[in-house]
Amino acid sequence: MPQTLYDKLWASHVVHVEEDGTALLYIDRHLVHEVTSPQAFEGLRLAGRKPWRIDSIVATADHNTPTTDWNEGIKDPISRLQVETLDANIREYGAKAYFPFLDRRQGIVHVIGPEQGATLPGMTVVCGDSHTSTHGAFACLAHGIGTSEVEHVLATQCLVQKKMQNMLVAVEGPLARGVGAKDIALAIIGRIGTAGGTGCAVEFAGSSIRALSMEGRMTLCNMAIEAGARAGMVAVDDTTIAYLKGRPFAPTGENWNRAVAHWRTLVSDEGAQFDRVVRLDARDIGPQVTWGTSPEMVVPVNARVPDPDKEKDPTRREGMERALVYMGLKPNTRIEDIRLDKVFIGSCTNSRIEDLRAAAAVVRGKRVASNIRLALVVPGSGLVKAQAEREGLDRVFRESGFQWREPGCSMCLAMNADRLEPGERCASTSNRNFEGRQGAGGRTHLVSPEMAAGAAIAGHFVDVRNWK
Amino acid sequence: MEKFTVLKGIVAPLDRANVDTDAIIPKQFLKSIKRSGFGPNLFDAWRYKDVGEPGMDNSKRPLNPDFVLNQARYKGAAILLARKNFGCGSSREHAPWALADYGFRAVIAPSFADIFYNNCFKNGLLPIVVNELRIDQLFHDVNAFPGYQLTVDLPRQLVLTSDGATQIAFDVDAHRKHCLINGLDDIGLSLLHAEKIIAFEARRRAEQPWLFG
Repeated sequence: MPQTLYDKLWASHVVHVEEDGTALLYIDRHLVHEVTSPQAFEGLRLAGRKPWRIDSIVATADHNTPTTDWNEGIKDPISRLQVETLDANIREYGAKAYFPFLDRRQGIVHVIGPEQGATLPGMTVVCGDSHTSTHGAFACLAHGIGTSEVEHVLATQCLVQKKMQNMLVAVEGPLARGVGAKDIALAIIGRIGTAGGTGCAVEFAGSSIRALSMEGRMTLCNMAIEAGARAGMVAVDDTTIAYLKGRPFAPTGENWNRAVAHWRTLVSDEGAQFDRVVRLDARDIGPQVTWGTSPEMVVPVNARVPDPDKEKDPTRREGMERALVYMGLKPNTRIEDIRLDKVFIGSCTNSRIEDLRAAAAVVRGKRVASNIRLALVVPGSGLVKAQAEREGLDRVFRESGFQWREPGCSMCLAMNADRLEPGERCASTSNRNFEGRQGAGGRTHLVSPEMAAGAAIAGHFVDVRNWK
Repeated sequence: MEKFTVLKGIVAPLDRANVDTDAIIPKQFLKSIKRSGFGPNLFDAWRYKDVGEPGMDNSKRPLNPDFVLNQARYKGAAILLARKNFGCGSSREHAPWALADYGFRAVIAPSFADIFYNNCFKNGLLPIVVNELRIDQLFHDVNAFPGYQLTVDLPRQLVLTSDGATQIAFDVDAHRKHCLINGLDDIGLSLLHAEKIIAFEARRRAEQPWLFG
């Protein structure tokens, strides 16, 4: 029977199945960061257990790390303790690779995994972080887990799981200039909602997806969780294989050839059945801007803030009204008339080299608008930062009035010092516009790197399709 | 893990959809390296009028009187009644830790986000999916009757009203139910299959050596 990519990934990792379908699924790669691991290591220690397979672990500190003044260390004592606890746990138990605070390869866990070739096609990848779905871009079964599951994977190299449903999201056709993976992701979420993919593993397919770079595919799979899907994935093709060749942890020599031959099978078979199918025409997708406090509250840049009075469903209407109050917006306001206070370019969604290139191309030779109090570029990793500096992108950003920071999660979730003040409005390339996400009372509009860059220059949202 | 069999408790209604885990427990409290003590900061941004930070004396902070959990009639609530897609967003297990630490043992909603749903079972917290019509009725009843209680009977997979007039059946995986009723940590259960894991791993190592080492 023809199988989907997810069927294949699932079947090749099942160790044991219970009568009710609950399976033990083998885990190939375990990514670890400082926020969701301390309690797991502590649990392991209390039970007198050891990690099952140390060489499956790749660890880094990213959520709490500062993006300025690295020579001064981590000033917040609670953050510092959490990062030092990770240091101590890795020292005690070991890892295949550890990129601690201050390491030149340190960065956001979902940027460095692929960058190092530690994420390979056909793997199961888990991490105590919901954006682990990012790694599905490499035809991996990759998803976020809770801390109890982090402990479970440490102790058993397996996860207790039930098979999810298969969902296909097919996007066909050419994308307009200025429209990219982030816009596809937001348009999909706008269509199916933040619970649209609940219970599903989503495969992104179609000519528009095939045309995306690996960076773009990572952006798309990253946002699968914002559509409710724990896992998003894209089949292997030449783009996947070209990206992986020569990465530090990618196979070499004869193993490379064997691996590539296997990876080529990691596609959905002709005629494979999906439980749900959603189709989008890329020509209908414009640059997207969220207006509310959920990623599904999204419209194209040339639209207006929706009017709750036109919503029939009472729960939805109340949600919209509450969101508009929080966001300080009036119904029917033109999106392009929304003025901003801050701009954030970064996060596991959009902090890779391609994202920085795209944003730099928009701001080159222009100045950040006077109403923008802070425009921030936070590269996803030390290596992305170094690459950008080799290309002179740091200079482009700095000369435009952006701050050029050290890598980390930064203002995506504001666990470090980078945050919005109450009432501040931000164009952000991150993934969540929840209340308080970027700082208590902060107002987040999710956009692509080009859109964030354009908004920084104009001081309000602009349609980057018309950018000159 | 604490066992879960039959629970009778006060129901608190949280009448908004898509409640995310950032709202359940804001990021500043995730810096803790412990599993306990998150209860006072459950729904922190909605519950208090000031901005909470770790280390504050929460008993001295100004409460938001409009927030449901600050209303006297819901004091001591053990069951949270919620709307669809409860627990969406971040995978932080601090969310069920905070709910359980506050005193909740069950959450009833029309739907849950996958990771949150999964995390609940690891912490003796039972997420119960009930269809939207029933949920509407429960919201109506909770609002209408101060002190409104429900009984959750996990062995029989039923939610019962105090007068016994209404019984709502719910689904739960046999494996999860077994672990909750017996208070079992599933690491121990999984390690019963250690030999299978070893054999699987050996085969995988032979077939795809590039995944190891």
